[in-house]
Amino acid sequence: MALSWLLIILLALAVIGFFTGRSRALASAGGDARDLHSLPSYYGYNVALTALVPAIGVLIVWLLAQPVFVNSTVTGMIPDSAIPEGSDRGLIMSEVRRVADGLEGAVAAGALTQAQAQDANADIAQLTQTLKDAGQVLTQDITQPILVAAQTYRSMTGTGSVAMQVIVLAVALLGAAFAYIRTHKEFRARNVVEQGVLALLLLAASIAILTTVGIVLSMLFETMNFFQLHSWKDFFFGSTWAPNFRGGSELSILPLLWGTLYISLIALLVAVPIGLFAAIYLSEYASGATRSIAKPLLEILAGIPTIVYGLFALLTVGPALVSMFGEGGAFGVGWMASSNAVLTAGLVMGIMLIPFVSSLSDDIINAVPQSMRDGSLGLGATHSETVRQVVLPAALPGIVGAILLAASRAIGETMIVVMAAGAIAKFSGNPFEAMTTITTRIVSQLTGDTDFASPETLVAFALGLTLFIITLGLNIFALYIVRKYREQYE
Amino acid sequence: MNDMTRVERAVDSKAIKIAANKVQVYYGDTHAIKDVDVQIEDKTVTAFIGPSGCGKSTFLRCLNRMNDTIDICRVEGDILLDGEDIYDKRVDPVQLRAKVGMVFQKPNPFPKSIYDNVAYGPRIHGLAKNKAELDEIVEKSLRRGAIWDEVKDRLDAPGTGLSGGQQQRLCIARAVATEPEVLLMDEPCSALDPIATAQVEELIDELRSRYSVVIVTHSMQQAARVSQKTAFFHLGNLVEFGETGQIFTNPEDPRTESYITGRIG
Repeated sequence: MALSWLLIILLALAVIGFFTGRSRALASAGGDARDLHSLPSYYGYNVALTALVPAIGVLIVWLLAQPVFVNSTVTGMIPDSAIPEGSDRGLIMSEVRRVADGLEGAVAAGALTQAQAQDANADIAQLTQTLKDAGQVLTQDITQPILVAAQTYRSMTGTGSVAMQVIVLAVALLGAAFAYIRTHKEFRARNVVEQGVLALLLLAASIAILTTVGIVLSMLFETMNFFQLHSWKDFFFGSTWAPNFRGGSELSILPLLWGTLYISLIALLVAVPIGLFAAIYLSEYASGATRSIAKPLLEILAGIPTIVYGLFALLTVGPALVSMFGEGGAFGVGWMASSNAVLTAGLVMGIMLIPFVSSLSDDIINAVPQSMRDGSLGLGATHSETVRQVVLPAALPGIVGAILLAASRAIGETMIVVMAAGAIAKFSGNPFEAMTTITTRIVSQLTGDTDFASPETLVAFALGLTLFIITLGLNIFALYIVRKYREQYE
Repeated sequence: MNDMTRVERAVDSKAIKIAANKVQVYYGDTHAIKDVDVQIEDKTVTAFIGPSGCGKSTFLRCLNRMNDTIDICRVEGDILLDGEDIYDKRVDPVQLRAKVGMVFQKPNPFPKSIYDNVAYGPRIHGLAKNKAELDEIVEKSLRRGAIWDEVKDRLDAPGTGLSGGQQQRLCIARAVATEPEVLLMDEPCSALDPIATAQVEELIDELRSRYSVVIVTHSMQQAARVSQKTAFFHLGNLVEFGETGQIFTNPEDPRTESYITGRIG
């Protein structure tokens, strides 16, 4: 029985539970809904939820735990002698899973009988041929230990899922029966449903948080693997980024960090003045009609996918800059050799960040009380004097927060730099040269045919974790500043 | 403190500082002020009283063109300051506001130090040649705001850290620092406790020796205590304008009588 059928049965059970629960409640009150503690449908929801929620909880836990349990049992069955030179237990286990899937598929297709698939002494060569004929994917010939392991794997998985279905259905039925028996006109079904709703919301919130924790942990483990293979001193304090897939790489984050920060700095130099001035215009000077048109238009910039910005950088901004600063360009300086440069990426990233800075600053400037402006205007200050000397100082902490959020966005940006910044890791102050960033290197280390055991690949996780910590720190700092500012006027 | 005698003693004929003729104010389609004529005398406290929404604050804000900052607001009629029409095209509203200072309902010190709050106006208008002169202006203004003794040791502390009454006196000192000729006060005591109110009222009485003061208030006792002239507004009309003692003891209009005896409002 497939999982979808199990879910459909559970849902049907819940629907039946809803109607029987409701009618039982009504019957207990003699058909008069006013004598019930709660509205009739609450009794229905109570039965449905009590049937559904624990059963689905058991289902989720079982689905997560069963593969882990089966894997660890089967792994223990494979003798060390069965692991060939140059391979490891993990590779053998994936082969075992493939064979198990193959057997399952062949039985389903009718190429094998159930007894043949479970026969531990089957002729291995013939079995391999049968599986291949049945269209199952096998990468190598089956060996005796692998076959035994695969058969155990298959039978354990099969028994497990039958047991799961039985237990889940039993839990659902028990829940429904329990709630049904409790249904009576005095029963406070409304309060129980209230707690059910709370549990649902709690579940959603914890899934979001647990996912974050999971991401961090997975990065952390891979990073620890990396540091076992590569010295942390070279990673944090080295000066060269020279990955070499034949070994002996120099993998230092510093040149990449320099490129990241340099490009982000140029982006902020573009985005902060333009975004801030746009915000001041929109919040202080623009009429309501202008504002209602201009603000959404500006925010369209935030909705453009970054790959489109990358194309814009590659096809428009880069060549335009070369025609100005390149050999034989408008300024005749010959500084810029290629359109891939720090300046190109920085400018375009700055344009991308304008709506971030302007939209957040606009909200913050609007939060400055009108009485501040009145006070200043009432003393004979002009509008711009008021903005410069009263409104902006009052809004400054919030604006700094907005800039920090934009900065963390710039540091984590990938697509624009992949397309416009180049791929050379070096320390240089020249904005017309190509440079590279942490995010670009993560992409290039992980794309292509790579195995996840060499330091050259694992370094991507160390880079990612470092990047994550930097942006997390910036975000926390920014939120702290913004929050501190908000308290000032409340 | 309700001594009509003091009030009556203070009334004598003085120069007209502000003269308003047939002033109309519209907010969009709403006719907020209808045909208001008022003469505000120099070195006198004039009180505007009336129920909420009667237009007294709106009229007050016409006197220094603060209504210009509201897009939908339109003002018609003449308002003359020293015989000059303040709505004339040649008049710069920014300069006008330096001459006609304003204190608001809620104390609104800037998020700056006490010193910088008071020095704000003089700095903008270039009233001080050097730091010493600015120090002098700040001290003089804080003394006139009757708050010097309380803050002289902490001029660098933020103005927002003072108590409500101190903040309001700081705002008065800030308004006085630009050497205005008229001081407009929009319910300056409505956010203050009785003790702070008494201090501010005492201050208003002192300010009368140098400035023409116009105060909007909801408290009839306050109007009677601090003002020499009182104007009663109702539904956008100026119902009655005269000497404070006259208005509170022997009003001519039945609406004024109803309001001050508490039957409408």
